[in-house]
Amino acid sequence: MQDGASAFDLILGGDPALYAIIRLSLTVSVSATLLASAIGLPLGALLALVRFPGRAVMVVVLNAFMGLPPVVVGLGMYLLLSRSGPLGFLGLLFTQQAMILAQAVLVMPIVAALTRQTVEDLWVEYRDELTAMRIGPTARVAALLWDARFSLVTTLLAGFGRAAAEVGTVMIVGGNIDGFTRTMTTAIALETSKGDLPLAIGLGIVLIALIIVVNAAAALARRIGELHAG
Amino acid sequence: MLDHRRSKRTAGISELVRAIGFVIVALAASVSATFAQERSIVVASTTSTQDSGLFGYLLPIFKAKTGIDVKVVAQGTGQALDTARRGDADVVFVHAKPEEEKFVADGFGVRRFDVMYNDFVLIGPRGDPAGVNGSRDITAALKAILAKAAPFVSRGDRSGTYQAELALWRDAGIDIARSKGAWYRDIGQGMGAALNTAAAMNAYVLSDRGTWIAFRNRGDLVLAVEGDQRLFNQYGIILVNPAKFPQVKRELGQRFIDFVLSPEGQQVIADYKIAGQQLFFPDARPQTL
Amino acid sequence: MRAPPSELPITVEGVSVRSGGVIILERISLVLAPGAPTVLIGPNGSGKTSLIRLAMGLIPPTTGRIAWGGYGATEGRRRAIVFQRPVMLRRSVAGNIAFALRSGAIASPAPRDRIAALLDLVGLAALGPRPARRLSGGEQQRVALARALARDPEILFLDEPTANLDPAATKAVEDIVAKIAAAGVKIVLATHDLGEARRLAGDVIFMVAGRILEHRPAKDFFARPVTPEAQRFLNGDLVI
Repeated sequence: MQDGASAFDLILGGDPALYAIIRLSLTVSVSATLLASAIGLPLGALLALVRFPGRAVMVVVLNAFMGLPPVVVGLGMYLLLSRSGPLGFLGLLFTQQAMILAQAVLVMPIVAALTRQTVEDLWVEYRDELTAMRIGPTARVAALLWDARFSLVTTLLAGFGRAAAEVGTVMIVGGNIDGFTRTMTTAIALETSKGDLPLAIGLGIVLIALIIVVNAAAALARRIGELHAG
Repeated sequence: MLDHRRSKRTAGISELVRAIGFVIVALAASVSATFAQERSIVVASTTSTQDSGLFGYLLPIFKAKTGIDVKVVAQGTGQALDTARRGDADVVFVHAKPEEEKFVADGFGVRRFDVMYNDFVLIGPRGDPAGVNGSRDITAALKAILAKAAPFVSRGDRSGTYQAELALWRDAGIDIARSKGAWYRDIGQGMGAALNTAAAMNAYVLSDRGTWIAFRNRGDLVLAVEGDQRLFNQYGIILVNPAKFPQVKRELGQRFIDFVLSPEGQQVIADYKIAGQQLFFPDARPQTL
Repeated sequence: MRAPPSELPITVEGVSVRSGGVIILERISLVLAPGAPTVLIGPNGSGKTSLIRLAMGLIPPTTGRIAWGGYGATEGRRRAIVFQRPVMLRRSVAGNIAFALRSGAIASPAPRDRIAALLDLVGLAALGPRPARRLSGGEQQRVALARALARDPEILFLDEPTANLDPAATKAVEDIVAKIAAAGVKIVLATHDLGEARRLAGDVIFMVAGRILEHRPAKDFFARPVTPEAQRFLNGDLVI
């Protein structure tokens, strides 16, 4: 298990290349999750509360898009952002911004669909009381989002987990450029294919640890929610 | 009373608008920051130049000298040229001369320059089922592999290495498309992946020397055949045509090309060694401006 | 400062409510005026809940008219309702009341004092910080009462508030209702507990199958019910 031993050396010894990659991955995935939530939370709340023609179809499509294959998203974004594509003038291809945007596209349906479910369930419970209290639409949405906040935190963590673990999207739109767009997942793919296993294993360990932490945080959020609200 | 309630509602809405506005501004700021990041170029290159570690050695020197960030997108030669054909790269640095010349002839590139060469080597299992270890004749070796149906891993992508492999089969008089059998494993991936697969399967594989020297997961593989003239592997560099793609960073890209072709840059290439072995041999012709 | 116009009396004129071919309320006409509590009684399914929802403005009449002292259905803010199974918000008890306070017509100058006063009124003074959903059924009913009162209503509707409560909790709730009524809030309460009706009612509305059969002062109704259905109901018959 030589490779495993040197993997731990890299992690504990604070290997700068390793930590630069970890920092980049977190920056991209956290930013993507925040961006996805800025759109997904209101969208989910809207779908939960407003009846409009085509709503049912949109809900089904959104649920389906939770399973968008990352490589497909990557390919679509590449075609958009390529200099010979419609948004090429932005010069975003092979940048961190492109990776954040692409991962946000991937994560947004998850946030929106789960938010819709959560808010809709809560609205069914609260509808009579909030209607009787003559609560206006904005206050209504605010009350639902606030009361559902622990479930919504879990939703955000789910979105983040998806972003942090995927490789297809960031590989294609980021180009896996050393020092600029190389994330944990793309680095693992690369180092494995180069046969440099210690670094790949080190990154794999960190990635799994991150995912465990995220899931523990989600469980904690649920627990606190139960204690708070019953 | 009513004003209080109305202001509560509009407060809620203006909060939302403010939040969305903030996100848009932040994104716009970061996009313009990308624009501001002008001192960088995108170089489409091959997995062999990356996996061998050459760029890791060369680029920091270039950056220290010029302050220009070089962002290398490493794909197979065919993909690298395609990326450049879409205008998504500023410079192309690959090793497939006929394709490169066509690239320039089609108007996508300005001019092609020789940069450096190395050679291909045939890697094989220590057990050597085809009996070719130590030979200096690649075509004879390939014929032996075919005859013995010894396992052989092929890149199967549009890389320079794959095109070299196909050319070698042709030189050996073999129509590999028809003659291949279960022993011929076409994986469609990069050089590192091909070596990994060959190590796992105990198979023969054609590799560039640079990637082989840098490769660490060798298993039971050894260098089987080298030194044949036909294994010569030339690298070229091309500036993507700014006339076709106005966004190409012509000046910065040209500085990179100039550096690579300059005596200083050529020396850097020659200086790059792994375990004392030189991987690439500079062969740029002196520039007449 | 002029007081806002009153939402009482509530005048219902010839209202029928139909839904999906089913008649829920039929030709209802009544006036709910300030004064002693009005109690709705009748067998299950007689339309008590629907009448309360109608009078609260939650369901629209299919035919006929209803007015709240000059206000329309969604305009008035000084009505409140306690549902049969109130839903607690996922907050503390005090948080629930604070939320209701904010939804009211007038912004309260000293919210914390008001919340404390309401908690005192319903006998939950020590339970302010507790998560509301953790309370017992009777306690949740009282929280719902406090929420309703936080909106400083002129009229308070209660839909079978003690239906799921044990006798001790029932008494607690009834005492609070009596206190509120004494303070001048108009109470409209539906119940299938005749004892409760006798205890609380100023006047009685007796309903069967979506129609009002009798609307009379409580003493008169219980002493001498006019309709045969009412007589059978007071006898304890199952089939009216």
